[in-house]
Amino acid sequence: MLDCLLPRYKVLRDSEACVECGVCERSCANGVHHADEKNGRLSADHAKCVNCQRCVVMCPTLALAVTAWPQVGNGSNNWTLGVMQDIAKQAQTGAVLLSSMGNPQHYPIYWDHLLLNASQVTNPSIDPLREPMETRVFLGSRPDKLVVNEREHAVVTRMPPQLKLDIPVMFSAMSFGSISLNAQKSLAMAAVELGTYFNTGEGGLRKDLERYGDHAIVQVASGRFGVDMHYLNAGSMIEIKIGQGAKPGIGGHLPGEKINEEVSQTRMIPQGTDAISPAPHHDIYSIEDLRQLVFSLKEATRYTVPVAVKIAAVHNVAAIASGIARAGADVIVLDGFRGGTGAAPARIRDNVGIPIELALAAVDRRLRDEGIRSKVSLVAGGSIRSSADVVRAVALGADAVYSATAALVALGCHQCQDCASGRCNWGIATQRPDLVRRLNPEIGAERVVNLMRAWNREIEEMMGGMGINAIDSLRGNRLMLRAVGLNDKELEILGVRYAGS
Amino acid sequence: MTLREGDIRIPSGCAIAGIMDKSGGLHDGSDILKSIALMHDRSNGLGGGFAAYGIYPAYRDLYAFHIMYESKEARSETEAYLDGYFISEKQERIPTEAVRGIQDPPDIWRYFVAPHPVKLNMSGLDEAEYTMQHVFRINASILGAFVASSGKNMGAFKGVGYPEDIGEFYRICDYKAWLWTAHGRFPTNTPGWWGGAHPFTLLNWSIVHNGEISSYDANRRYVEQFGYDCTLMTDTEVITYIFDLLIRRHGFSQETAARIMCAPLWDEIDRMEPERAAYETALRCVYSSALVNGPMSVILGSDEGLLALNDRLKLRALMAGEKGSMVYLASEQAAIEIVCPGVENVAPIDGGVPYVVQLDEVAARKAQESCENVPAKDRLQEHLTGVLPASSKGVLRHA
Amino acid sequence: MNKIGTVCATGGPAEPAACSVTLGTEHFTEANALVREALERADTVEIREAFAQRYLGCGMPSGKTLLIHGVPGNDMACYMDGGAIEVFGNAQDQIGNTMNGGSIVVHGRCGDAAGYGMRGGTIFVRDGCGWRVGIHMKQFEGRCPIIVIGGDAGSFLGEYMAGGIIVLLGKPGSYLATGMHGGVIYMKHELACADVPRGLVQEPIDEADEAVVGRLLIEYNEHFSHDLGGSVDASATGFFCLRPASSRPYASMYAN
Repeated sequence: MLDCLLPRYKVLRDSEACVECGVCERSCANGVHHADEKNGRLSADHAKCVNCQRCVVMCPTLALAVTAWPQVGNGSNNWTLGVMQDIAKQAQTGAVLLSSMGNPQHYPIYWDHLLLNASQVTNPSIDPLREPMETRVFLGSRPDKLVVNEREHAVVTRMPPQLKLDIPVMFSAMSFGSISLNAQKSLAMAAVELGTYFNTGEGGLRKDLERYGDHAIVQVASGRFGVDMHYLNAGSMIEIKIGQGAKPGIGGHLPGEKINEEVSQTRMIPQGTDAISPAPHHDIYSIEDLRQLVFSLKEATRYTVPVAVKIAAVHNVAAIASGIARAGADVIVLDGFRGGTGAAPARIRDNVGIPIELALAAVDRRLRDEGIRSKVSLVAGGSIRSSADVVRAVALGADAVYSATAALVALGCHQCQDCASGRCNWGIATQRPDLVRRLNPEIGAERVVNLMRAWNREIEEMMGGMGINAIDSLRGNRLMLRAVGLNDKELEILGVRYAGS
Repeated sequence: MTLREGDIRIPSGCAIAGIMDKSGGLHDGSDILKSIALMHDRSNGLGGGFAAYGIYPAYRDLYAFHIMYESKEARSETEAYLDGYFISEKQERIPTEAVRGIQDPPDIWRYFVAPHPVKLNMSGLDEAEYTMQHVFRINASILGAFVASSGKNMGAFKGVGYPEDIGEFYRICDYKAWLWTAHGRFPTNTPGWWGGAHPFTLLNWSIVHNGEISSYDANRRYVEQFGYDCTLMTDTEVITYIFDLLIRRHGFSQETAARIMCAPLWDEIDRMEPERAAYETALRCVYSSALVNGPMSVILGSDEGLLALNDRLKLRALMAGEKGSMVYLASEQAAIEIVCPGVENVAPIDGGVPYVVQLDEVAARKAQESCENVPAKDRLQEHLTGVLPASSKGVLRHA
Repeated sequence: MNKIGTVCATGGPAEPAACSVTLGTEHFTEANALVREALERADTVEIREAFAQRYLGCGMPSGKTLLIHGVPGNDMACYMDGGAIEVFGNAQDQIGNTMNGGSIVVHGRCGDAAGYGMRGGTIFVRDGCGWRVGIHMKQFEGRCPIIVIGGDAGSFLGEYMAGGIIVLLGKPGSYLATGMHGGVIYMKHELACADVPRGLVQEPIDEADEAVVGRLLIEYNEHFSHDLGGSVDASATGFFCLRPASSRPYASMYAN
């Protein structure tokens, strides 16, 4: 059969700069670069290039660059080259198209339409370098009212367990299996250093990461991989994963080739077998069943850790979130449709779900309308790209945010969207020992810590500008946001005024 | 047309003052007038007012409603509404004086009322909650009517103008009170609406406040969950509602309520011994949205006395002084000295440290009471059938 | 109805104390606290008048036994870690959810989704079971979860099954073992060719299988022959087994 697929990328080599050292060849797990047997000249198999940019970064003489394949389409905005290439691929293979990382399509990014406020005259801005500035957040459910003994300074009401975050950012769920041990370890070490949390995903908690348990959120997903009493009691919070922003409503298949001995040990499944996560939890077919699972986990941990429920942002998200709060969850996690993934059917990733900004605003408002917002914590994830996005999310109503992609980029990810292949040249989304070794966890952790410290400093600066010295006073403070380029309906859902009004 | 408070958020700066006699002795309004007049430059003629406690001893058990009307229709509609839900003992126009600096005053009336017993019973609310809901409804739905105060044996006298002119207009020297508070306003723009002047009051609470808080919308959206409509969009309004929520509904002392609104910094909490730290952490966690941020100095008046509070970074000035049974508060020390030469113990109100002054009789009573807060009756919750969780059994027993 | 609470008889030093707990309509939070407290004092706890209390035996470790009279609620024996539960009557839904080890014996039927995500231990059900039983069972190293159903099973028995053993003495419902990619289902009755799900292979059992099934049938008789007034034939002759053709049923379904 004639394969109509064109390469996506073209590798450009500056032959004058190239010293034929062969680093590019050794860098590439996709086998793009190869040396001519006779003359040693290097050339590239463009079709294999995924644009991970490892060779570009590693080349000692900066002789390499990757560009888009120069073929143009017919000029149609409708039948673009990309659309036609997808059809060609499916005609060739009969397969469901798989992709990775977040939704790359042209949907509105509402963060970029929301501008932050700053104080002028009528109240002062605060200088965070010299005056106190609090970014500490607690996550957990809260009683309606607290009863205390005011003279003894003692709490009478039994306080539900709380998770203490020194920065309002946690690392979202990425399982051992979808990412490498070194990647997960980098995040775990960074979480300890930063006073925040990493999330095991649904892949279990590897024995040698258990010492980071005080900074681990252990996830329970539909496959229940690695879930036993030991695991449930090893972390600081349990997260029930109902859905993921990148692939709402579907399960997952971790292909057998990624289930090596270590992954199999951690997931407690045989080596080489596909790890299939069912689409739903088969003990949750209704909201009252969620209550059952929430409380089974609380019973299993004797009510000592908070239980979070993570859902993908979908059309009816506000009502669902309200049900989750009433089902006894301590923390609600919303994952928007631009959130990343190790692998998802491309059509699902690109077409299902709604933006986190609208979902978060709608959920926060619904919970307030029902008078229960203060009883639960709300965490938003799904493409938080910078400290400004964190501030916007908190102002819309989040207690804290989840970030995964940004942390991976700090580890070296160049978002080539080829995680599913298992050939990550950066040692992140792979289990191949030679590739995993490329990521040094100590250095990885340091880079992630640097990134998050910088973000937190920027958050403090932005809060200080608003005259706010505790993040509690930013939460849901939508007057600190003004919109540009949005229509009335969008303003109404976001609960934000237009700039100038 | 210029937008009013409630249509738009108007930042303001201010002068505030308070004078109290702990023994409960009554004093006319001349001192408070003199004190606030000295701070003329802290206001801009666009709002001033006073709250006075102990002024209606003959009607001490009735709610005294001060209501401003912009039209005859507003008055007849409001009076018909009041007739439906309250029994009125007495109603009269509040005596005023023509003053040069005061223009276009509304028609201002007062009513001494008790909730209609049958309707109160049917509402399932307690007396205070019932009264508060109806005040909210009048202010929100009757055009041209505004309830300026609604407490017992107290009243607010406020309007557009410099505070010294407003005091003269209302003839506050004719009233005798054990607690006076005063406010001179410096709003950034000019709605010229009398309802927007301060003190802001609710039931027995009155608040005068200086500063523009930066946590406004976080605080507003928090209290709105519990039925408080922030229709005026002012800081003073939302601060009053937080006090009402914490003190009247959740049963905290005024001091603890103030410590929740201006909570200790995490740095301080981290240095505390574990049990105290757990106490402060629990308060901060449960009431994190009641934290008030940004410049604020407030004087809260109530039937118990007064409370003065500065924000935890102390971005506004507020001074206190004492002499005998008298306590004086003012944005500037000179405004105390001018009415009480030789005042003692003059000190600034520290950031985040509540300054509580109670009537002697109240202080004596409080010393006997339990030091656990008793929240107002919980609403009947779900899970009333089937296999009952322990929490709802408790509710059933009380129901 | 008896008074709710715990009654304990102190045993001698050689003999562990026996406790009985009467639950009535106590809510699960208090009920489980009572049961846990009793289990700290005695290795075997008899539960009387269970009425819908969830999570009984949640995470129970080995060496501990619950004897349950009444109707226990959902998620009985969730995350159970080696303990033993015997139910004298029917059990509700999701028993043995994510169970790690131990044994459940039900003198009656059980509801839907029993043994969901189970990776060790045994569940013996005297009568039939609901839908989606044994769903996503998986085996790992030495652990092999086993479910034996004495009667008929609802649909989707063994869906996504990734390991372990299901023995079915009655008839299966529809969509048997869809997505099965590990483990084995032994059936007393042969499926018609057309009913054998895609990707699975049905064969008569061999001697090794017979030994496995025979052992389980003997255990079934030990538990239930008294109830049933007789034993089932434990020879396992004429049984059939269903196994997946591949441990990677979806390997060629996706393209990057």
